[in-house]
Amino acid sequence: MTSPTPSLNITGNAIEVRKLTVDYGARRILSNIDLDIPSGKVSVIMGGSGTGKSTLLRCILGLKLPTSGSIHMLGTDITTATTAQLYQLRKQTGVAFQGGALFSSMSVAENIQLALREHTNLDESTIQIMTRIKLDMVDMLHAEHLMPSELSGGMTKRAALARAIIMDPKLLFFDEPSAGLDPSTSAELDELILLLRDSLKMTIVVVTHELESAFKIADQISIMGKGIILATGTPEEIRASADPEVQGLLHRKPRETVVDTEAHLKALVGETS
Amino acid sequence: MQTNITSTASYDLLTLSGEVDLHYSPTLRENILGSLKAGKPLLVDLAQVSYIDSSGIASLVEGFQTAKSAKLGYGLLNVSSPAMQVLTLTRLDKIFALYTSTDQFETALQA
Repeated sequence: MTSPTPSLNITGNAIEVRKLTVDYGARRILSNIDLDIPSGKVSVIMGGSGTGKSTLLRCILGLKLPTSGSIHMLGTDITTATTAQLYQLRKQTGVAFQGGALFSSMSVAENIQLALREHTNLDESTIQIMTRIKLDMVDMLHAEHLMPSELSGGMTKRAALARAIIMDPKLLFFDEPSAGLDPSTSAELDELILLLRDSLKMTIVVVTHELESAFKIADQISIMGKGIILATGTPEEIRASADPEVQGLLHRKPRETVVDTEAHLKALVGETS
Repeated sequence: MQTNITSTASYDLLTLSGEVDLHYSPTLRENILGSLKAGKPLLVDLAQVSYIDSSGIASLVEGFQTAKSAKLGYGLLNVSSPAMQVLTLTRLDKIFALYTSTDQFETALQA
């Protein structure tokens, strides 16, 4: 039997990050980050490579201890939480990793059922029906018995999502949901994220660099730049931001159009201009 | 979650209220299957359900399957908006028999 969970009528913030700093040796990766993730909303964290968004996600998930600062998740500071408190929080958290992270020796259904078998004493028939409900949500009912090696990239992502939502978590984290997907599958995933927010009242955090997807699903967007948060706001507020780095990210051009070919060639052969 | 079962001559009425989640869905399953096992049609009132997760939905589905096998009437009454959103998300809103009054259910039982 699972323990009763706190009321779902959460108001305010599901996650509060305060003065979060992460150093790797002498390198500062995150510097004094403050971030609120509102309950029942889709919050998107965006930024270019190396800005620290993956490190921030790892800290929020409790996979990386920060150098300093606090992260309150559903009211518990995970930087000082006990193992028992972290266990309770993890039961209320779903994560869909970028690469899927499915167990290769288990079928799709077995992968999805893992958390239910680990954390609940639900009847077998309930587990089977819940599994099929989640597979149907991600349009993977036909793949129940397939092994991860038999799945395409898009199918792997959808199976990972089904696994992430099997416990109907209060908090759902997505690392680059659209990466490597065709536009149609990506759009379907965006729709599903919004349905999960609306029907299951999930608080959803998406880390992505896909602008179109971000502005389609986000209630709140945070833009990161080199270890700090440049701006946080509604999509409209972000579009209207006066910060040149934010505007640079929103209006970034393909690499080849901004590269000075001659200088680039010189740089590759080690010449200085 | 709170449950209340009342019996009429022709069916049982199971009334749910509050949040139906992983913690409470085994109780819901027990109530549904227990009632159907006694051989009476079952109407589940969801008017006061503020939240239902997929474990709760799974219990309702198992009730549907059991009732169908036993050729017993089974339906959902006055599905609240939050519960309807989840039924729609799971595409079960077209599978369950949905009623807005007990009279409707009684009429369906007589058909």
